[in-house]
Amino acid sequence: MEWITNPWPWYVSGPLIALIMFALLFVGKQFGMSSNLRTACSIGGAGKAADFFKFDWKKERWNLIVVLGAVIGGFLSANYLSDNTVEINPDVADKLETYGITSTGDAYLPTEIFGTDSLSDPKILAILIIGGFFVGFGSRYAGGCTSGHAISGLSNLQLPSLIAVIGFFIGGLIMINFIYPLIF
Amino acid sequence: MKTLVYLIIGTFFGIVMYKSEAASWFRIYEMFEFGSFHMYGIIGSALALGVIGTQIIKRNNLKAVGGKEMELKPKAMSIPRYLIGGILFGLGWALAGACPGPMYVLAGAGFGSILIVIFGALLGTFVYGILKSKLPH
Repeated sequence: MEWITNPWPWYVSGPLIALIMFALLFVGKQFGMSSNLRTACSIGGAGKAADFFKFDWKKERWNLIVVLGAVIGGFLSANYLSDNTVEINPDVADKLETYGITSTGDAYLPTEIFGTDSLSDPKILAILIIGGFFVGFGSRYAGGCTSGHAISGLSNLQLPSLIAVIGFFIGGLIMINFIYPLIF
Repeated sequence: MKTLVYLIIGTFFGIVMYKSEAASWFRIYEMFEFGSFHMYGIIGSALALGVIGTQIIKRNNLKAVGGKEMELKPKAMSIPRYLIGGILFGLGWALAGACPGPMYVLAGAGFGSILIVIFGALLGTFVYGILKSKLPH
């Protein structure tokens, strides 16, 4: 059964992501996941608060169906296609241990942050909400996220996407190197 | 029929995100620590094929189904918008360990706490919409 539950190597996963992007281009759409957040705000009535949310969200219905598929894909993978553990570089795992994260190698997400017990800790709750907030705010400000800029935009040799991706890494490196030591 | 196509593409995307471990917080952290080639290999190989395929599409003027133009419009140039927005996104990506695609995948995988991250992302999107006219673009 291991051939089913083992993770896929990068040289399988990367080309499959390119395939997904081309499949969407072929049906006349564009690969981009964060725009669904804007659509969801519009459906929730955010158009009353800002013009940014006044658009015909029904035109974006197709992407919400892709999201529904992603949810199904996550369900199928976690329940039938994976042993739900992730092995990473042992040196990185050691560093995480100094931050009090010891579930490396035993879980798909760190139980110290994503376990239901951790939700009673205000610090963890803040990490989840603030992390999400920056992802939502930043992706809309930058006009795209990993899928829209790092995959679709860079594939189309767009300089704006290169600037955005450089920004993604500046932000990520600041978080890991300067802010993690303060919060963990 | 079209709905089914989108559903299949989305499901396939969800499986690829989960099975490649690109949806794992651990892999994102390891990437920012430059601890493994894995994530760079995924993005790099997707891009290598993406660039070649997009060039083939453009040079041969290939059309989408129904003869429509493919969605390959150039993006408007700006530095502050992409740089500041990108940095803010990166801070969140490294803190929550999830970007928008994997968030939905993890919700399906049964991680209840990711719903809080998604709530935060919706809130961030909403606040951006409110502040948009006051931000440098």
